[in-house]
Amino acid sequence: MSMIQGPAIPLYEEVVNGFNKLSADAPGRESSDLRRVRQSAFDKFKQLGFPTIKNEDWKYTNLTRFLKDEYTLGAGTPVAPDPALVAAAAIGSLDCYQVVLVNGSWNGDIKGGALPKGVQLLTVAAARQDPALSGYFERADWNNHHFATLNTALFTDGLFIRVDAGAASDKPLHIVHIYTADNNILVQPRHVWVINRNAELSVIETVVSGKGSGKVWVNSLSEIIVHTDARLDHTVIQSAGSGVRLIQHTTVHQKKQSLYNNYTFTLPGADLVRNDLQARLEEDHTETHLYGLYLAAGQQLIDNHTLVDHQKPSCFSNELYKGVLLEQSTGVFNGKVYVHKDAQKTNAFQQNNNLVISKKATIDSKPELEIFADDVKCSHGSTVGQFSEDALFYLRARGIGEETAKALLINAFAFDVTEKIKLPAVETYINELISHHIPVMHG
Amino acid sequence: MLIIKNLHAEVEEKQILKGINLTVNAGEVHAIMGPNGSGKSSLASVLAGKENYHVTEGEVLFQGKDLLEMKPEDRAREGVFLAFQYPIEIPGVSNINFLKTALSEIRNYKNLPPLDAKEFLRLSREKQKLVEFDAQLVNRSLNEGFSGGEKKRNEIFQLAMLEPALSILDETDSGLDIDALRIVSKGVNKLRSSNNAFIIITHYQRLLEYIVPDFVHVLYNGRIVRSGTKELALELEEKGYDWLKEEAREKEETTI
Repeated sequence: MSMIQGPAIPLYEEVVNGFNKLSADAPGRESSDLRRVRQSAFDKFKQLGFPTIKNEDWKYTNLTRFLKDEYTLGAGTPVAPDPALVAAAAIGSLDCYQVVLVNGSWNGDIKGGALPKGVQLLTVAAARQDPALSGYFERADWNNHHFATLNTALFTDGLFIRVDAGAASDKPLHIVHIYTADNNILVQPRHVWVINRNAELSVIETVVSGKGSGKVWVNSLSEIIVHTDARLDHTVIQSAGSGVRLIQHTTVHQKKQSLYNNYTFTLPGADLVRNDLQARLEEDHTETHLYGLYLAAGQQLIDNHTLVDHQKPSCFSNELYKGVLLEQSTGVFNGKVYVHKDAQKTNAFQQNNNLVISKKATIDSKPELEIFADDVKCSHGSTVGQFSEDALFYLRARGIGEETAKALLINAFAFDVTEKIKLPAVETYINELISHHIPVMHG
Repeated sequence: MLIIKNLHAEVEEKQILKGINLTVNAGEVHAIMGPNGSGKSSLASVLAGKENYHVTEGEVLFQGKDLLEMKPEDRAREGVFLAFQYPIEIPGVSNINFLKTALSEIRNYKNLPPLDAKEFLRLSREKQKLVEFDAQLVNRSLNEGFSGGEKKRNEIFQLAMLEPALSILDETDSGLDIDALRIVSKGVNKLRSSNNAFIIITHYQRLLEYIVPDFVHVLYNGRIVRSGTKELALELEEKGYDWLKEEAREKEETTI
């Protein structure tokens, strides 16, 4: 297969060369286990190649136009963050610890004071040298995930977080990801977060882009383990600008009675955003909430693929994704809920609603339920609609101009998701981001 | 204030207003009555600028300006207010934020500076009290989960806040119990002045016991078939609409 599509894609050659170089340099720098994992992942990637619309998971997300560009593998050398960008990514009055990663690398600075006892941050470059931690980077079961195998083969750095058993952070952790380059690059960060037994953490990730004129293809992979009785609140704000092509794969492993809340907000800007969010409920009595809001504009393509994998009994999952499609944008939502035979007493709910503002915008929404247990409660729903003419007229009849009225209605539509955010400063910030993006967009 | 001349309008290619003539001056209250389907609510919708109504003939002047040329929001900014028969529920838009936005857009149109938060709050409290509107409802999502009566009272609260020159109440009494009717009417009566005018559209005479009109018009089959004073409303209450329908039909036949 690689023979067919490989040569046509300049990036393909680049990653083959990059991998050969890494393999030559690696002995002595990386453990033999990691090298073995990388090799097998890369073999898999060569077999898979880059996905095309013939792959079911990529049917509505055509990468051809993005793969035409040439990219070089981005260097993992830490670059000083641009203070203006960091300031712009700050979340109003939120009291938090803040770290900044530039093209996936962290320089070790933490703002907001010393981290509380039991909360540890490391660069992945450092963590994978630690024999006690290296196992986290040796996972190899990526199946048919083209980009996850590529990331495994070639990742260099990222952020490692560990919260010790019973520990909790007094403030949320804000991670600012800056992606920027003067020439086109491919960066492949790898993040591993481990929330140990009965520990608690709230993380907010903001993805922004810098002033560099190069295009940045981000192939980011996050692996998160939420252990027994632990809790992680995870907010993702994707507000990078044009020139950024973002592939974010996130796998969450949930252990007994753990709680994982994800809030993903994708805003206009980046050319492409593809999120693969997978919650693997590996033990019983877990709770999972996935909330998403995507606001697409211009030629943007925003694709959210989620998987809630109910492996064990008595787990609860609830998913609500809402999308607003403007201009010539494209949205994709694919929500898979898989209930294994053993997963009796599963409660799994899913809802996807879309507001298509422009006649030139499109949305493909696909709920997928596969249920192999017989004692479960599952539901799903998907809607695609336009503005309510009655609501619009009501607002206009009170003197509110058409554009403002539409902005109010978009905010109202988004409200079901934004109101779920538990941190008021973050909720305010998100609402402002939404309002900021609406006035410039017209159907 | 308002001059309607020979107004014809259709909705979905169905002729629904067939030559309305009506003049409303400042300080006046006009009641428009008539049987179901006579065109009462259509007249309100046409004046407010609802898009699926098409004016085919005639004109409407509001304070000397061509009302029909204006977008719905500009009509509101010029001082036309429609109290909806069925107010819309908009979850996620808070009542107070909605009013703040409306008021600031209207003030902006009139080249007035926006009210600051303190002034707005003071105004809002004053008007809530005036029309007996529950403070708790003010902070909720616009009309969401409101009872029928609460929605109508919210319309009157909005009216009080926006202080329009011309208010059109479209069957504000429908679905109201006596207590709610009294509160709504009391609110309207407090807001009446020599500078503003009201058009009250109603099916029943009941509301007119509380809001006493200067003029009563009967709309039938897209035309005003009779105008009079408040006594006309009482006559209708007593005799129903059938005699007027009969009269209108005869008139039509003789003109043919």
